[in-house]
Amino acid sequence: MKFMSEKLKFAFYWAASCGGCEIAVLDINEKILDVVAKVDIVFWPVALDIKYKDVEAMPDKHIDVCFFNGAIRTEEQEYMAKMLRKKAKVLVAFGSCACDGCVIGLGNLWNKKTIFERAYSETPSTKNPDFVTPKTSHAVKEGELELPEFFDTVKTLAQTVDVDYFLSGCPPPVPLILQAVGAIFNGELPPKGSVLMPKKSVCDECPREKKEKSLSAIKRIYEIEDDQKTCFLDQGVVCMGPATRAGCDAQCPNANVPCTGCGGPGPRVTDQGAAMISALASIATDPTVINQAVDPIGTFYKYSLANSILRRKVMKK
Amino acid sequence: MKEIIIDPITRLEGHGKITIFLNEEGDVENAYLQVPELRGFERFCEGRRAEDLPIITTRICGVCPVAHHMAGVKACDAAFNVEPTETAKKLRELEYCGYFIYDHILHFYFLGGPDFVVGPGAPAAKRNILGVIEKAGLDVAKEVIKHRAYGQKITEIIGGKATHPVTALPGGISKALSEENRQEIERMVRSCVDFAKFSLKLFDDIVLKNVDYVNLITSEPYVLKTYYMGTVDKNNKVNFYDGDIRIVDPEGNEFVKFAPSEYLDVIEEHVEPWTYVKLPYLKRIGWKGLVDGSESGIYRVGPLGRLNVADGMTTPIAQEEYERMYKTLGGKPVHATLAFHWARLIELMYATERALELVTDPGIARKDIRNKPGKAGEGVGIVEAARGTLIHHYTLDEKALAKKVNLIVATTHNAPGICMSIRDAAKGLIHNGEVSDGLLNKVEMAFRAYDPCFACATHFAIGDMPLEVEIYDDKKRLLKKLRR
Repeated sequence: MKFMSEKLKFAFYWAASCGGCEIAVLDINEKILDVVAKVDIVFWPVALDIKYKDVEAMPDKHIDVCFFNGAIRTEEQEYMAKMLRKKAKVLVAFGSCACDGCVIGLGNLWNKKTIFERAYSETPSTKNPDFVTPKTSHAVKEGELELPEFFDTVKTLAQTVDVDYFLSGCPPPVPLILQAVGAIFNGELPPKGSVLMPKKSVCDECPREKKEKSLSAIKRIYEIEDDQKTCFLDQGVVCMGPATRAGCDAQCPNANVPCTGCGGPGPRVTDQGAAMISALASIATDPTVINQAVDPIGTFYKYSLANSILRRKVMKK
Repeated sequence: MKEIIIDPITRLEGHGKITIFLNEEGDVENAYLQVPELRGFERFCEGRRAEDLPIITTRICGVCPVAHHMAGVKACDAAFNVEPTETAKKLRELEYCGYFIYDHILHFYFLGGPDFVVGPGAPAAKRNILGVIEKAGLDVAKEVIKHRAYGQKITEIIGGKATHPVTALPGGISKALSEENRQEIERMVRSCVDFAKFSLKLFDDIVLKNVDYVNLITSEPYVLKTYYMGTVDKNNKVNFYDGDIRIVDPEGNEFVKFAPSEYLDVIEEHVEPWTYVKLPYLKRIGWKGLVDGSESGIYRVGPLGRLNVADGMTTPIAQEEYERMYKTLGGKPVHATLAFHWARLIELMYATERALELVTDPGIARKDIRNKPGKAGEGVGIVEAARGTLIHHYTLDEKALAKKVNLIVATTHNAPGICMSIRDAAKGLIHNGEVSDGLLNKVEMAFRAYDPCFACATHFAIGDMPLEVEIYDDKKRLLKKLRR
């Protein structure tokens, strides 16, 4: 219906996330006015008065591009992912949670039961002798109250619905957001399934000097005297740079802390953790050095467990 | 019995839901604020490296990651039994002031401010940031955007990243401040001091000089007589970054003052099956349900809580404003929920003045930024997040991996208070089953004052707070629908 508007229709949604992706959108600062001039935002729960049922009422493929941030942790989030997939021509997994599960995905080392036990019973400040837990439906004296189901397993967006593009980072770097929006405006989007990030790793953007490329012992960041210019791996500290997608200008190594991997798997890498372990193995002076890495899951899969070949821990019945 | 569901409140969709029940007479029986989401940080932080906890926990909130980063690293300092260097403490606190600057500016101008600046009686379509611009001028809007960005920039320079900072390490910080960066921060902070003064003047002109507004602030539906909690320095003055935690009773007398490590002696959390958020209360008094007064263990935190527990501010302009607020509103403690807004501006003033003290401190750019951590053990880190007291408690094993993690975040402390404020606002406006159209505004104002974090994104929302109220009779038939 051309008479209505030539503008593109954008939608934004947040599932299990922290709100940092929304802040990243805001951090394009005054440029957001240029974007708003070119698009109609038809759904953005944090900002606009448009309800779920208004989206339900939209014809299929009504939305041109939907930026979806957050992982799928509850029933309601899964429902919204499925609905927005139907309503959007292009669905972008926006940010680490939607792409890889982010730290929320570390919840896959447990399940609903054990997460509830910790949150609602074991924590030392909680007084809950009868182990009351939130219920999807609960009768209070005045009536019935409902909550969405909490799933056992965190899923990424692409494990829930078909995704067209991926833009990771925690949060996604502002220049990459502008680049992606520019590509949409100019009709220059790459083939479906592409990652809208540079085809290089964090190491390629890192100014730190790579020297010996040998690792004889693994140390913790707070144990070393960082010389502020040598590659962290050369200083014995695990830095996720080699296995992590670039686009952040190596912000963390530039601030004298190692990359922890929030950009997700690097180019041609399917499993970020496995890629990192293999990178370490290739520079280790002795295979046993790798064993010195404590908490391998939290170190190598901090942002990508839900999207890895491991995906989750198998719970004993 | 009738049921009113404010669901979804768009800006809270997936993150908050209000249900109000009426009794047989059609008056408000009870109101429930439900938080329909949980992510489970306290469980999946177990097993992680200690130094990762201040990084992982920033992902609890993308609006206040700096607070989690600092509470996390302070818990690590305590657990490793290491005192950061003086330079590191100053840098952390300066970054922290940057965070308060952007957070408080956004809340006042984008979220809470429209209620007052444009006016609580103005049409909904005007009660938003665009309405603020219209009333205060486009130049003001540009200043708002500029100074919010300054706050973010200060955080980024010291923290490495603006959202989800990374530089705080057990025993200090990873990066010293260069003279060039120091000068840049000083330039931004000086501008922020002026902007804070301007904001207080704006509040004075538009709100305080209007008797109706002042009466609204102190009016009955917005008054809750609770305990208050906040962090104070050695002289009982407000401090965001460090100190002891002080609680005052509804009369303003000190109830308890405790070190962060003693929090379990003071606070307990209650679980209800209808919400994923826990409801904290004072352990010595106990959980008495959602009621206020000195017999109930419910307390409130945040800007008003902090000012109520303290004896004053350490910086001159903020102190003047502090005295003026209590003089205007009839002495301490102030129980008027809407006074949170004024308190927030006084804190913005303090944050800028304190940032100026720190950035011009001759020691701020020293290079001694880290002390070596000791043996891993147990530690509690407490800071004042913009929305209130934030508690991180870590127990580490001998490899410095997290064995147990406990977290109590600011909005959790306020959850019982928010429930009651919503209920009381609704009670004043719903009678005999008749729902006044003003209900939407008033319910909204009641919880907006707290700047609740499950609505964290409302900070930059461009619209007004959209609400929908559906009223059902006891057979679940839809009787009336209000919407805007």
